[in-house]
Amino acid sequence: MIEGMERIVREHRFFAGLDEETIRFIAGCTKNVRFDAGQYLFRAGEPADEFYLIRHGRVALELAIPGKAVMTFQTAGEGDVVGVSWLVPPYRWLHDARAVDLVRAIGVDAACLRRKCDSDRSVGYEMMQRFVPVLVDRLQATRLQMLDIYGTPG
Amino acid sequence: MVPVARRVVRTRRELSDVWTVEIEPGADGCAFSPGQFNMLYAFGVGEAAISICGDPAKADRLLHTIRSVGKVSAALARLKAGEMLGVRGPFGKGWPVEAALGADVVVIAGGLGLAPLRPALYSLFAERERYGRIVLLCGARSPDDILFRAELEHWRTRLDIGVEVTVDHAGRDWRGNVGVVTTLISRAAFDPAHTVAFVCGPEVMMRFAAIELQKRGVAGEAIHISMERNMKCAIGHCGHCQFGGDFVCKDGPVATYARLGRRLAMREL
Repeated sequence: MIEGMERIVREHRFFAGLDEETIRFIAGCTKNVRFDAGQYLFRAGEPADEFYLIRHGRVALELAIPGKAVMTFQTAGEGDVVGVSWLVPPYRWLHDARAVDLVRAIGVDAACLRRKCDSDRSVGYEMMQRFVPVLVDRLQATRLQMLDIYGTPG
Repeated sequence: MVPVARRVVRTRRELSDVWTVEIEPGADGCAFSPGQFNMLYAFGVGEAAISICGDPAKADRLLHTIRSVGKVSAALARLKAGEMLGVRGPFGKGWPVEAALGADVVVIAGGLGLAPLRPALYSLFAERERYGRIVLLCGARSPDDILFRAELEHWRTRLDIGVEVTVDHAGRDWRGNVGVVTTLISRAAFDPAHTVAFVCGPEVMMRFAAIELQKRGVAGEAIHISMERNMKCAIGHCGHCQFGGDFVCKDGPVATYARLGRRLAMREL
């Protein structure tokens, strides 16, 4: 089973370039998960104890605004990471994540990975090298969204 | 320099504030290159540069898609079948469709940017076998703001074109992508070393789309963007559309990111 997860982890683009030892180390924190369309991967406020690397399908990241319709602010697809709140205290999700269609993903036990990052700083550095670009890309995308660039000028 | 009076054949409402106006061709047709524009004159109101958005192979149809945002564009968008307007053109340098022969072509449109790109897409599709992969990435503000939606849905059914659409925000009834159009670039399938990109949309979107393309390995010389500036004479005399050392009307509107990229980040321009 673990050997199967090692292969799946190795094939995911998020882990591209990791050496075999690190892959084995990380694979111990992972499992295969699936979500049917409409099912939630997680809800805002819940503990961020597992994040996901999408292998198939699409996930809508949603914000529920009191008195208004739920708004989707981003979708994640194959190769993407869903969930970054596990990185920083208080380790709770800040938005909902809902499967738009059938989603297959690698579920990563966040507490397990945090422990491994703490115990082996080189693994922690490898993870940061992968997560920081994701965070920067999302920050940039959010800036563009905030500019409302297609809105009516003036 | 003198506008020719032409009659509106029909109009079509595309979005809440966007209309496509079909104008009768002149006696010698209405030949143009993809990416070129005409100066359209609403009598008694004024003149505006509007991209041609029809099929270059169909010389009997002159199409312009117009967003009603100011006095002139509102007057042009309000025109009805049978009414007259003035036309000068076509002007400017367009998309280098021929230069892309044999290469993968990535077309990135933001909002109304799909209108100036549509003639290039028609040309690419007309000679599909002469190009590598063709990828069309479209961004819009919301699902209700997707321009030429029926045509996009039709193109998506083709097996030889990759079409992805994303919106900046959506409700739960939208099952497509959500996020800015630049986020689609990292996922698109093309060979960066042999890719020509055509990008059109708001300037800030073109700037960040070009940065993403360069991150994938596409050269600045292979990224073509279409500039928009306030044009008056349209033949490089008046200087209204000056952008650094170029006149957008004459040296553009389409130019490479290698040439214009640094200027896009300059506030003074």
